[in-house]
Amino acid sequence: MILVLIDHDRGEIDSLSLRALTAARGLGQDIEAVVIGSQGAALAGLIGEFGAKVLHVAQHDLITDYTPMASGRALKDLVEKLSPAAVLAAGTPRGNEQLAHLAAFLDVPMAAECLEIALGHPHQVLRARWAGNLIESANVHEELLIATVNNFSFEAISVSGAAATVAVFTPALEPQDYVVKILSRGSAQTKAGVTLNDAKVIVSGGRGVGGADGFGNLEDLAALLGGAVGCSRVVTSSGWRPHAEQVGQTGTKVAPDLYIAAGISGAMQHIAGMKNSKTIVVINTDPEAPILRYADYAIIGDLHQIIPALTSAIRQAKG
Amino acid sequence: MDVLVCLKRVPLAGGALILTPDSRDIETKHLGFGISPHEENAVEAGVQLVEQMGGTLTLLTLGPSDAEEQLRSQLAIGATRAVLIETDGQEWDPQGTASALVEAINADATKFDLIIFGAESADSAGYQIHIRIAHALNRPIITNVKSMRVENGVVNCERVVSDGREHYEAPLPAIITVRDGLNIPRYPSVPGRMQARKKTVEVKQAESRLPKLEKVKLSLAPSKDKGAEILGKGTDAVPALVEVLKSIGAF
Ligand SMILES: Cc1cc2nc3c(=O)[nH]c(=O)nc-3n(C[C@H](O)[C@H](O)[C@H](O)COP(=O)(O)OP(=O)(O)OC[C@H]3O[C@@H](n4cnc5c(N)ncnc54)[C@H](O)[C@@H]3O)c2cc1C
Ligand SMILES: Nc1ncnc2c1ncn2[C@@H]1O[C@H](COP(=O)(O)O)[C@@H](O)[C@H]1O
Repeated sequence: MILVLIDHDRGEIDSLSLRALTAARGLGQDIEAVVIGSQGAALAGLIGEFGAKVLHVAQHDLITDYTPMASGRALKDLVEKLSPAAVLAAGTPRGNEQLAHLAAFLDVPMAAECLEIALGHPHQVLRARWAGNLIESANVHEELLIATVNNFSFEAISVSGAAATVAVFTPALEPQDYVVKILSRGSAQTKAGVTLNDAKVIVSGGRGVGGADGFGNLEDLAALLGGAVGCSRVVTSSGWRPHAEQVGQTGTKVAPDLYIAAGISGAMQHIAGMKNSKTIVVINTDPEAPILRYADYAIIGDLHQIIPALTSAIRQAKG
Repeated sequence: MDVLVCLKRVPLAGGALILTPDSRDIETKHLGFGISPHEENAVEAGVQLVEQMGGTLTLLTLGPSDAEEQLRSQLAIGATRAVLIETDGQEWDPQGTASALVEAINADATKFDLIIFGAESADSAGYQIHIRIAHALNRPIITNVKSMRVENGVVNCERVVSDGREHYEAPLPAIITVRDGLNIPRYPSVPGRMQARKKTVEVKQAESRLPKLEKVKLSLAPSKDKGAEILGKGTDAVPALVEVLKSIGAF
């Protein structure tokens, strides 16, 4: 049996968990799922559709919201009861964190961000390294496989299964398990307007913009297209723009309809955050810039001339 | 306040990666080395805490003897001292790394009030060494921190999620893992670099053990050239771009 952790935020499913369920089905065993917190019980119908037969619900008065170490304890209790062959979750911050707590409780290995999984002795996995630029083939020497699933490698495919049977259990929490929990929430600190995550158009600038002032032109173009401004890490570490606008491995991963990259060379850590954009337009003085490999369209030249010219040409075309 | 930061020496690769002939590692002959941006933020946070509250900042790494280079460059921005657990140059698996770090932390004369990690390492990104250490030391851990403050023996943290911020806190001694954007790491000053040369880097040995997560080999992720259409040079190409943007419905 494969056990899949379904992550949810106060009852609302993280849909990437459905990809983990799809990945689990590829292992040729029965699928059972687990949610931490009683609010997750309502997901039994949905996760049944994606192939889970049983939904285990960890219920405890002290688990009312995200409490990662308690999640790890609940998973440990369930694993000891059910002896699954593998425990999987989505490769998200919360999926990785909760399974790492499980792995630490049991002192067994965990393979994060897997693209492929084959059970055996040893288990064999392919996992993403270097923000997905390198693929590691690894052996896992342990009975139980604990792994998170790389979100880009699997789609959520329904099998129109019946609702999963709900099985409630109460984990035996220890005091240290609920020391760290969400105490309150606040809204995002970004300015009013479109955020990187939901922008359809992103006008992104790199070192080539030359300084904080240079971003005025990019803001004008972004505003005209109803989009947001993005940037590279050189820009945030120079203090030209806030980190909330950084695109890439250690910034935000985006996939807008249109990504305009101006004065950005295309380091792999930047590419990792924007390569899934629908259309990529590059403006760069260097005809050899690595980012051109990922572009659909490019203009070779100085962004300080091209961006204002583009803004006024679009304004004219709009009439 | 005594702070510890754990960091990992990694090659600084931005462009296309090349593998060694046995496909077990990245070819580093032509690369420099550094630490992950998350860990640079961790060191800066440690320096700031010691500036505000007094105390010491210790750096700890497990790696080859060359990792002294990364320790010295972070000592230059204001850490007090550093400990290097020397390996033969092979990367250790997460469980082996965590237990060697735990041993060094327990053996240290300083009892650290706060231990700061990067959210994930730049190269292997296992998302786990810090959580294993938190369990071994029986300390609370808050991960993916984007803003923090220490007050009255409690660390207050914020984590950024897609639709907002989450607020957590934990009593010291505690562990946090931090993300790029927590702060803007300073550059080392010239006197900072000079002092760093005189600071102690204590070197320890540790027995490696058979990895349970065993790296067998690496391969490059497939990426193909999309074959960009070059619309032209300079502002002359702007009308062609306007047509493209119109055709894809950008305005
Ligand atoms: C672990 C790790 C994580 C990282 N995470 C991220 C991340 O999340 N996001 C990120 O962006 N980076 C990240 N980086 C940094 C990354 O490796 C690069 O250093 C960075 O992306 C380079 O930024 P850039 O392209 O703006 O600068 P550069 O590489 O310096 O490129 C500047 C470009 O501008 C062009 N240019 C110059 N002048 C003009 C002009 N007038 N008009 C048009 N073009 C011009 C140049 O030809 C060049 O191509 C990370 C690095 C590491 C090690
Ligand atoms: N070899 C190492 N030596 C010291 N700290 C490490 C080492 N490897 C990882 N770390 C720390 O653990 C964090 C998480 O690493 P990982 O679990 O590999 O994603 C890193 O950001 C570092 O702070």
